[in-house]
Amino acid sequence: MSVRRLAAVQPAGFAFSPATMEKANWWIAKYPENRRQSAVIPILWLVQKQEGWVSEPAISAIARLLTMPQIRVYEVATFYTMFQLEPVGSAALIQVCGTTPCMLRGSEALMAVCKAKIGPKDKLSSDGLFTWQEVECLGACCNAPMAQINDYFYEDLTPETMAQIIDDFAAGKAPQAGPYNGRKTSEPMGGATTLSDPKLYDGSAARAIRIPNAPEKA
Amino acid sequence: MPKAKVNGVEVEFDPGMTVLQVAELAGEEIPRFCYHERLSIAGNCRMCLVEVKPGPPKPQASCALPAAENQEIFTNTPMVKKAREGVMEFLLINHPLDCPICDQGGECDLQDQSMAYGKGGSRYTENKRAVEEKYLGPTIKTFMTRCIQCTRCVRFTTEVAGVSEMGMISRGEGAEITAYLEQAVTSELSGNVNDLCPVGALTHRPWSFNYRPWELTKTETIDIHDALGAHIRIDNRGAAVLRALPRLKEDINEEWLTDKSRYAVDGLSRKRLDRPYVRKGGKLEPVSWDEALTAFAGKLTSTPKNKIGVVAGDLADAETMKAAKDLFYGMGVTNLDCRQDGAKIGPVAQSTPRESWLFNSGIAGIENADAVLIVGSDLRHEASLINTRIRKTWLRNAVQVGLIGQAVDLTYDYTHLGVGPKALKDFKKNSFRDVFKSARRPAILVGSGALSGDDGAAVLREVADIADSCGVVKDGWNGFNIVHTAASRVAGLDLGFVPVGEAIDATAMFKGAVDVLVLLGADEFDFTGLDKTFVVYIGSHGDKGAAMADVILPGAAYTEKSGIYTNLEGRVQIAERCVFPKGEAKEDWAILRALSDKVGHTLPYDSLAQLREKLITDHPVFGRVDAKPATKIFDLKAVGNRGDIKDRVFVSPIVDFYMTNPIARASVAMAECSAARGAHFKAAAE
Repeated sequence: MSVRRLAAVQPAGFAFSPATMEKANWWIAKYPENRRQSAVIPILWLVQKQEGWVSEPAISAIARLLTMPQIRVYEVATFYTMFQLEPVGSAALIQVCGTTPCMLRGSEALMAVCKAKIGPKDKLSSDGLFTWQEVECLGACCNAPMAQINDYFYEDLTPETMAQIIDDFAAGKAPQAGPYNGRKTSEPMGGATTLSDPKLYDGSAARAIRIPNAPEKA
Repeated sequence: MPKAKVNGVEVEFDPGMTVLQVAELAGEEIPRFCYHERLSIAGNCRMCLVEVKPGPPKPQASCALPAAENQEIFTNTPMVKKAREGVMEFLLINHPLDCPICDQGGECDLQDQSMAYGKGGSRYTENKRAVEEKYLGPTIKTFMTRCIQCTRCVRFTTEVAGVSEMGMISRGEGAEITAYLEQAVTSELSGNVNDLCPVGALTHRPWSFNYRPWELTKTETIDIHDALGAHIRIDNRGAAVLRALPRLKEDINEEWLTDKSRYAVDGLSRKRLDRPYVRKGGKLEPVSWDEALTAFAGKLTSTPKNKIGVVAGDLADAETMKAAKDLFYGMGVTNLDCRQDGAKIGPVAQSTPRESWLFNSGIAGIENADAVLIVGSDLRHEASLINTRIRKTWLRNAVQVGLIGQAVDLTYDYTHLGVGPKALKDFKKNSFRDVFKSARRPAILVGSGALSGDDGAAVLREVADIADSCGVVKDGWNGFNIVHTAASRVAGLDLGFVPVGEAIDATAMFKGAVDVLVLLGADEFDFTGLDKTFVVYIGSHGDKGAAMADVILPGAAYTEKSGIYTNLEGRVQIAERCVFPKGEAKEDWAILRALSDKVGHTLPYDSLAQLREKLITDHPVFGRVDAKPATKIFDLKAVGNRGDIKDRVFVSPIVDFYMTNPIARASVAMAECSAARGAHFKAAAE
């Protein structure tokens, strides 16, 4: 993690879209009127969803919306690395997990693919379609190696599947999220090895329990 | 009261105190960087680690840990020593070892504490981090690589100064202190962050690389750039005054100082009058003292006494005004005035009580007010450190503020009741009156924006009526406060340096009502009406007054004479001489003493001590030094005069905070502040 700054080139302005504004108001309404600034993180998310990244005009607009000093929004936006302070790829923002479990399972090879197909890390590709980053653990270690692309996890990747996914995004397709080695979520390969008998989990083996204060059945 | 043991010694403490404070009660010194008594607790430097029992078997940050009954606190155990050494080693990992070229050297907390609590060496061999410099305005010079992220500057600007402009961006090793988009910090108190910075990351830009602290002569004295009389220390090397720093004074300035009081000192060595001048053939010619005084005395004796006027400026000391009053009254001249802004206040009648021109609640006492009505004052720039007190109370939700006057940014919320006298008349109907009337300790602050002008006395009467009807002055509480902007003003009013009866006031004198006008350092008025007037300027700086003058007699600035100044509370304070007057300049009272010989009305004192003796005999209020007058109830009906009031906007006399007196106008640092923050004043005026 390096020093995080605002992008050198900034758009002329920023405006909340009606949809963003509606969601922002929903968040703001959750807090007392004099604590509007509590909604800063959700609203930074919404802005990032709308624009793809957080620009300086957007930070100023959020500060005005939440009646808080600009520097306080700036502090939050630079503190959390999930907020992108530079424009990111329009097709995909690829965040490859590089933490130990993923690294042991081959994340370095995935990054090599990204580097070859997209370009250097943290830089917008020359065609403007892709940005790739190395991030810390995303909490899907049982499906290592993995990457978060836009909003979804792509798991159990190999250099080949990674290359295919990038190609699909480049072609305007939306590749299927989830594991890429044929298994379902984080089940073992070839299907479940435990809990094979539905009786173990469907409740039929359980004793009837009384829930305190539950309404009496009619 | 709960008790705790510090290194085995039992101490009693107030509930709510932190472990650090309790340890200090017991006389133990706890090293710290981020903790500061007047700021919120951050707990991020970890230097204040101590051992606490009962508690987890690890060092605790004492600044953020509440002390508890029967707690045992240890500050001298091996665990504490090791913890401090460890913290210090980490702090120094990324701190450059450039003390020989650092301006903080010699007065650096990090330097001192690493000597006291650190280890001799470092085990760190990797590269240190480097941080880009930031632009934070004309008063703050940055060396951000030296920053240890204590966030004192961020907390000061946010909490005390009331401008949320500084912050800490990024995190971990990437953390940096900056202002949003590196816009300059606009606060008039910005210089204090340089004092607060425990390392050399933020240093005084106007004084950068000018001195080493140990080579300076230090004199404790009183500030004169506003009417508060902040306690300061003047540091000089030889004849050059190099800096002014705040001293601790809980009743006045706490430990803060405005940028003007602090950085205008470079004006003391610029544009100085160092020899007498007389205008000959339209041109000012340097002459000897004797010639200048003879020319002046000749003019005085040949002019009808009712055609001579004397105006004392904002920086005049009480001795100068006393000598001037004795001399000119002795000659039969009664046109004396110390209110060059035309404020209609003071001992205009025999019965006017002294309380009617004082800040009666006291500077510290204003924190007790639970409702404040400000009339015609840009308090943030007329008395910045009173404004921070009100902000402090406001942050505790303990005060409601109403303002009549221009809607300026005071750094706290207020109810804007109107801009001029009409709002005073309508005050009865305003809902703020209910808040004000039901307050237990309401305070009214009246600025000279309301008091100047022909109807100033009538406005004052109107304000006194409001004060009377809302219980501003009652048993145990006097919330009737006049906000003066000039250091000389209260002493001048106490001395009776005002026109009485038929005598002409300053406003009329400036319009040409007198033939000879003597200015005791008065520069802040419109000179266009003085074409035919013979002007004599006694003062320290070649400012507007000197440019207009026919005779210039060079005087001493506040650092060059011992002088009595009474602050707006009525507190008599003595400023000390730090350096000698420039060139042939003399102390102002001595000039008047020499003149008195020439005009044949020799003043009865030959030394400053004799002058002070006479001053105290004639005006006993000057006899008690550094004591706020006791809270007294007085008759509000004796304040002001009923009269016609024309509708207007109360305009503060301070157009540009950084350019209010000759010293500030001569200062390069103030010119830079004015240029960088001028837009602020333009915005406020709109």
